[in-house]
Amino acid sequence: MVAGLKRALRKHNAFILSLPALFWLLVFFITPLLLVLVLSFMSRDITGRGTLPFTFEQYERVFTTFRPVFVSSINIALISTVVCLLIGYPLAFYIKTRRSDAVRNLALFLVILPFWTNFLVRTYAWRVILGQSGPVNTTLLSLGLVDEPVIFLNTQFAVIVGMVYTFLPFMVLPIYASVERFDFRQVEAARDLGANDWHTFWRVVLPQTMPGVVAGCILVFIPAIGAFITPDLLGGRDGFMIGNLITRQYKGTGNVPLGAAASMVLMGAVMLSLLVYIRFTARQER
Amino acid sequence: MADDVLTRHVSHEDDGRAVDRARMRRGLWMQRGGQASFNALSWAGFLFLWLPIFILIFYSFNDSRQLNEFRGFTLQWYQNIFDNVAGSNVQFSTGLMMQAFRNSLMVSLTATIIATIIGTMVALSLARGRFPGRRYIDSLLFLPVVIPEITQGVSLAMFFQLVFEFMRRVDGVAWNYGFTTIIIGHVAFNISYVAIVVRARLANMNPRLEEAAYDLGANGWQTFWRITFPQILPGVMAGALLAFTLSLDDYVVTFFNNGPGSTTLPIFVYGMLKTTVTPEINAISTLMLVLSAVIVVFSLVMQRNLMGHR
Repeated sequence: MVAGLKRALRKHNAFILSLPALFWLLVFFITPLLLVLVLSFMSRDITGRGTLPFTFEQYERVFTTFRPVFVSSINIALISTVVCLLIGYPLAFYIKTRRSDAVRNLALFLVILPFWTNFLVRTYAWRVILGQSGPVNTTLLSLGLVDEPVIFLNTQFAVIVGMVYTFLPFMVLPIYASVERFDFRQVEAARDLGANDWHTFWRVVLPQTMPGVVAGCILVFIPAIGAFITPDLLGGRDGFMIGNLITRQYKGTGNVPLGAAASMVLMGAVMLSLLVYIRFTARQER
Repeated sequence: MADDVLTRHVSHEDDGRAVDRARMRRGLWMQRGGQASFNALSWAGFLFLWLPIFILIFYSFNDSRQLNEFRGFTLQWYQNIFDNVAGSNVQFSTGLMMQAFRNSLMVSLTATIIATIIGTMVALSLARGRFPGRRYIDSLLFLPVVIPEITQGVSLAMFFQLVFEFMRRVDGVAWNYGFTTIIIGHVAFNISYVAIVVRARLANMNPRLEEAAYDLGANGWQTFWRITFPQILPGVMAGALLAFTLSLDDYVVTFFNNGPGSTTLPIFVYGMLKTTVTPEINAISTLMLVLSAVIVVFSLVMQRNLMGHR
């Protein structure tokens, strides 16, 4: 009976331990989100802030006037995800197939360390690299491949390069985790059964590492679509994304309800891609 | 008859072996070619990850204000940082930068401590408790990880604006954005990261140990400090380190919620990047890279030691 009482007390204690987090997240996370949701249905007053009456005007504008911004943001995020996958997948395999532990750890370290260094500084480095007189243009000019410096900066291309660079570790690490669990004897088995390399890859390796691939894609796509710094530093007018649109409404003269509507649509897009992910993993488990 | 069968069989096998060998040789060549291109691709991947870092370090020693060409080696830009005079550049001030750095450390440390305590508590609660609504708290914890940072930053700023407005009307107090608002925002997203990392650690822990402690008469507090905490300590440390890094590097949430006098390092650096690009930035960046490399190596060593002691 005493043990039972203790256990009951422990259960009670367990809930109490959740309270601070519950409080913090409800007050400083959920309430603000609900506030923005309400704000997104309001009209704009002269100063750019929200006012009554309630209207669908902001959402209408998001889906008409600002549709190109959303389309190009989704494009940039998708392309960045695909490029990350194309670079990250072989990289994860490369790390896994190193023979000695030391080399494998070093390779992992080499992938993670840039991720630990300041994000702004790394993005800024691409401004230097892709600049008119940066190393890329200097090389191209001296090789005679181009006659005048190529304009890389302030294009969607620069944004994609910056995104791929920033989010590559997010792709490599989950894929590495699933590659690590993969039993390489299965490759031998497939070979023995007469499968060629291509078949072995498509039928054996890829399906088994798919959870890592999907997780990596989600981890890259979600921050990429809501990115603000990378397009701001590298994209200019051509690489203008949702994040820039939202920020512009809040800082300086803007339209706060419009920004609210845009951030709600962005959140919706992210939730939708997550739902697809959850569906996918649920099907995998079945 | 029997001989015939035997020879035929042998010759057939021989044939098969030759074909096999040819296929193997071709396969080996293909494999080697594939291996080489695969390795080259991977090396390119590593190069891609490190190129910007090398470039920054390279230019931080370049004796030219322009980035056009390499004019020779200099320590001038490092000198400027430590001398607190930035030559002809008015934008840059080491004093301001160091102030921003101190602000950053203060914000990150405070946010990390609060988030680590709250995050560890909720992780324990979810891993050990069986109360209704547990699953909702679980899902709630994942939201800050998946909801775009910009949405979080914007909504929190709107929330504070409303609170300030309310306080002004009710109390006549003029509150403003500052360290408090930044820290609150950082804690809000860091709780989740800490909780997720600690939970992963708790999942690997044997709950029988705690039960044994209870059975031996230890109370909840004793059990926690003597049994649970030492076991989850590496997880707590990893969570705290993650929270600290995220907080130290955060730009977006800070950008929307900072006020006069609460400039953090990312905000300061961003301001510099948006206005004038000076060689001093390269030098600062290099120093920051070295600093984070040192932190990473230090944390790895510490983690290894902790694991070793276990």
